[in-house]
Parts: sequence; structure tokens; C-alpha cells
Amino acid sequence: MTLELRNVTKNVGLETHIYETSLKFEPGGFNILLGATNAGKSTLVRLLAGLERPTQGEVWFDGRNVTGESPQRRNISLVHQFFINYPHMTVYENIASPLRVGGVAKPEIDRRVRETADILQLGPMLKRRPQELSGGQQQRTALARAIVKQSKAIFLDEPLANLDYKLREELREQLPDILDERGTVVVYATSEPTEALLLGGHTALVHQGHVTQFGRTTDIYRSPSNLVSARVFSDPPINLAPVEKRADQIHLDNLTWSVRGDAATLGDGRYTIGIRPQHITPTRPNAPSVPVHGQVKITELSGSESIAHFSIGDRIWVSLSPGVHQCQVGEPHEFYLIPDHCYYFDGTGALAARGTAHG
Amino acid sequence: MRLRSLVPLIYILFLMLPIYWLLAMSFKTTNEILGGFSLFPQRWTLANYQAIFTDPTWYWGYINSIIYVSLNSIISLLAALPAAYAFSRFRFLGDKHLFFWLLTNRMAPAAVFALPFFQLYSAANLFDTHLAVALAHCLFNIPLAVWILEGFMSGIPKELDETAYVDGYSFPRFFITIFIPSIKAGVGVAAFFCFMFSWVELLLAKTLTAVEAKPIAATMTRTASSAGYELGLLAAAGVLTIIPGAIVIYFVRNYIAKGFALGRV
Repeated sequence: MTLELRNVTKNVGLETHIYETSLKFEPGGFNILLGATNAGKSTLVRLLAGLERPTQGEVWFDGRNVTGESPQRRNISLVHQFFINYPHMTVYENIASPLRVGGVAKPEIDRRVRETADILQLGPMLKRRPQELSGGQQQRTALARAIVKQSKAIFLDEPLANLDYKLREELREQLPDILDERGTVVVYATSEPTEALLLGGHTALVHQGHVTQFGRTTDIYRSPSNLVSARVFSDPPINLAPVEKRADQIHLDNLTWSVRGDAATLGDGRYTIGIRPQHITPTRPNAPSVPVHGQVKITELSGSESIAHFSIGDRIWVSLSPGVHQCQVGEPHEFYLIPDHCYYFDGTGALAARGTAHG
Repeated sequence: MRLRSLVPLIYILFLMLPIYWLLAMSFKTTNEILGGFSLFPQRWTLANYQAIFTDPTWYWGYINSIIYVSLNSIISLLAALPAAYAFSRFRFLGDKHLFFWLLTNRMAPAAVFALPFFQLYSAANLFDTHLAVALAHCLFNIPLAVWILEGFMSGIPKELDETAYVDGYSFPRFFITIFIPSIKAGVGVAAFFCFMFSWVELLLAKTLTAVEAKPIAATMTRTASSAGYELGLLAAAGVLTIIPGAIVIYFVRNYIAKGFALGRV
């Protein structure tokens, strides 16, 4: 069983929301749509779910062309970013509603509702109404309604975006257990690269209506095929800078390092390098590194990670490191760039070479 | 008592004064009313109320009014629910203009339509029927109901509709079993306002009826009878006219506050 977009485009008025896209999702594991807000993730989800019709192209589901078919007939489930439940029904009735519509027998409904409620820890809340629940519980109810149906595809459109940090972590940890081994196609839209990495599976990178890359999450994280993909799949944003390769040396402003591996095979000329913030460290790493003298502009803490923005000349770099590091804002500080983690993009933006250490 | 609480108290007293006067009058005899000034009825009498409840020309006034008002509320809501849904969910050419135009219908004075309606309903053999008044009142009640309901419907995210479709609900089933219960506060408020405006409207109701569907307000204009001015009787009729509105507003009082918050009431 697969869910496929075949050469699908979507125009609304004169605007193109989705440029020609082909994607094939399989059951087992998450299929993640990763992209910034308004990149087109939700439109892709709506096209896949049948809530919108493609302007061109076809949607294939379970070996059938379902392009013009209404969502009612597709046996799918959907969880929105906002906590959408039927406000006048109790949690029990909410979870039971897709089964009641589907004409399932009463004892069977009762059994499945209770089983699902247990998985999502909603047992004690069954008699309450959605508004009486916390945000996390409301979203659990929506999730329960989505999985109780045992549908062939589940769409989750940024389901954790409106939850607070702790609940998000908690629910994200449980999601794979809740959804796995159901033989369903799981499509999960998110704007957070970290979330994509944590959930694994396959990822499609979405940028301004284009799917720039699709593949196993770890693969595309390790080798973004182009500049856009590298930027989409990096949080904080990947550092980019123009460099010049002459002989075995890379020149970046007044920094110089010699290349190894793939990068050594590159022809001489101009390239753009991309280096993830975690590969610019505030302390000397074990790997070979190039020291950079910068002036610290901004420092921030994100959980137990430190982020420092520093400048060298006109260029701003971002460094991300585990642990809490104190850098004085405005003071000079020595950072270390690890060239083996660099990506080299050619003039068209396509990946030309990677450093020897991938990932 | 401090001045601060005295001011609203005096205000409320002033507001209540005419209603009190009406109530007091309804328990007086006409002779006492005409006889002079008295703050309380000197001789309490229920004769006025008794007269209304035993005289068919009086109590049928109430029944007629209730029939066409209820009929009007039902027709208005049945027409306004789908219309408001369309305005809240779909974009179409001229939707905003049409929506505003609906509202301007409320600005038209009923007197303008009295003559054409009279002619039209007479020609269609609807003159002096409850349906005639109920339909005529749709002129201002449907736009009002659309306006109120659209506000409540727009407060329900479109994602609710989509979730229901994905869950397998057909549109009619979704609309009746999920959507309408979700905006029941709005339906209550809209029904109340339809009821109220239809209940207090006199001109069209009077023009379109003669005997069979004569509303209570028209009956009340019959001030003089063979016994002279029956002021006590009229006062009692007035009190009974206020009661249905008071009962209805009691049930929707919380919802109306919500309607005010949405800016649609």
C-alpha cells in the first residue's frame, strides 16, 4: 500500500502553491514534510487527503487513482495543528464518532474507544468535554480520533506546534509507539528540523512550493543535494559563505585550509560552503579545525545548548554547542570551524562535494 | 449607602417606573385609573386579566401573534443557516457586497413595504393569514439572522469541517449533527432576535391581517368600547405582551453576552 502524488501541481488563482511534484510514501515509519511556514506543507497534506484537488496530476492511494475522490471515501485520518475536536461531544463521543459514522457495531466501538483512550492516557477524561481539557489532552483526543479508525493513512499537520515545550517533547516521544506497526502511511508535516531528525523515517524538504529533496531522513540530512535543501534542513540556519579553491587550498576571506576527500577532487574555482552551526565550536574540538577570531554579537541558550552569533568583518556566523558556554557579548572570542563537515555547492547551488565527515 | 451604588439604583428605578405603572394599572379598575393619582391599586382586581383570558377576540390576538412569530423564526433560521454558512466558508464574486447589502435591508422602514406587500399578498390569496405576516417579517429577520449566525460560524475554524469530512461525515450529517450544535449559542441568539423583532412589529402585521390572523398589538389599538375607555384592560394586555419576550430573553441571556462579544448583536 502506497500513497503517491504523480506530477501534481496546485494553482490558486494566479498563484502557484505547489509546483510539479511527485512523491511516493510507504507505510512503516514517518514520512515527514519539512519546511518553513507557508512553504506548502499544509497544501501537500490537503492534496494527499483529498481536501483539495490538484490543478494537474494524479493522487494514487492503495493502487487506485483517487484524484477526484472525496475525503469521506478514502479511509484516512487527519490531525490539525489547532486542537480540533467536536466541542459539544464528550471525549468518548469524539473518539467514537468516526466509528459511528462508519457503522461499526456498538460493543466493538466501546472496546476500541477504551483501548485507544488507554494508549493515549485519556481513560479518566472520557466523560469530559474537550474545552475542559488541557491543550495536550485536547490534542491527544484528536490523535485518538485519528487512530481509532485504523485508517490506511494518517496525516499529522504540525500536530505539536501549539503545545508547550514539555508536552511537545512528551508526545513526540510517544508518537512513534502510538503510530507504528499499524501498516498505515503516516505523513507528518513540521517546520522543525530537529523534529524530523527525532522522528526519523523519510523526509521531503519543502521550499516555496517545491519539494527540493526526498529520501531517508538521515541520508538527506547528511547530504543535502543543494543549497536550498541544506538551508531547510538546518536549525539554527546553516552558515553559508563564498569560498575559492586554488590548488588544495580553500580560501574564505582570510581563512585558509587544505581540503581532503571528495572536496580535493573539485576543480579550482568559486564555491559556496555550507557549515552547520554545530560544526563551529567555541572550544577546540578533537577533529582538525580552523581557528576563527570573531566578535561575539548575540548569545542565547536553547535548552542545554548554547548559540553564539559572532562576526568576522561583515560576515555573521552562528555557532551551536552542547552545554552552557559563557561568551561575553562584544568581546573577541576564538571559534573553531571544522572543515571536514563543510558542504561545497557549485554556482548552480547543487552539492559539489562534502567534507570527509558526514552528518 | 454610598453614592456610587445609589446612581445605578436610581437609574434602574427610572427604567422600571413605566413598567411598574403599567403593572399597577393592570390591577386597577378603569374608574380608579380615571379617578386620580394613586401609587398602588386601592382595590386590587383580577377582572382585567379575567376578561382577556375569557374573551376570544383578546386571547386569539396572542395566539395569532405567537403563531406567526414562531413561524417567522423557523423560516428565518432555515433560510439563514445555509446562507450564513456560505458567507462564512466560501469566497465568491461580490460576497462582501452582498453581505453588506443584506444588512441594509434592516434599514428600510416597514412602511415602505406595507403597500406592495398588501397588494402582493392579496393577489396571492395570502391576505389575513399567519404565513403572510411570517413571510413579510422575513424581510428584516433573515438578514439579521444571517448577520448574527455568520459571526458565530466564523468563530468555528474551517478545520472542524475538514476533520469531519475526513472522519467520514457527509456534508448534511456534519452540518446537522456537528456544526449546528457547535454554534447553538448563535442559533439561540438569532432565534431570540427574530422572535423579538417579529413580536414588536406592528405596521406590517396590522396591514396584512383583518380578522383571522389579527395580532395582539392590533387588538390593543381597540381602545374604546361600548363601556368607554377600558384602560385597565389595556394595561393588562400590555403586561401580557411583555411576558413572552421576558421568558425568551431569560433562556438566551448568557448567549446574548457572547453575541455582544462577537460584535454581532
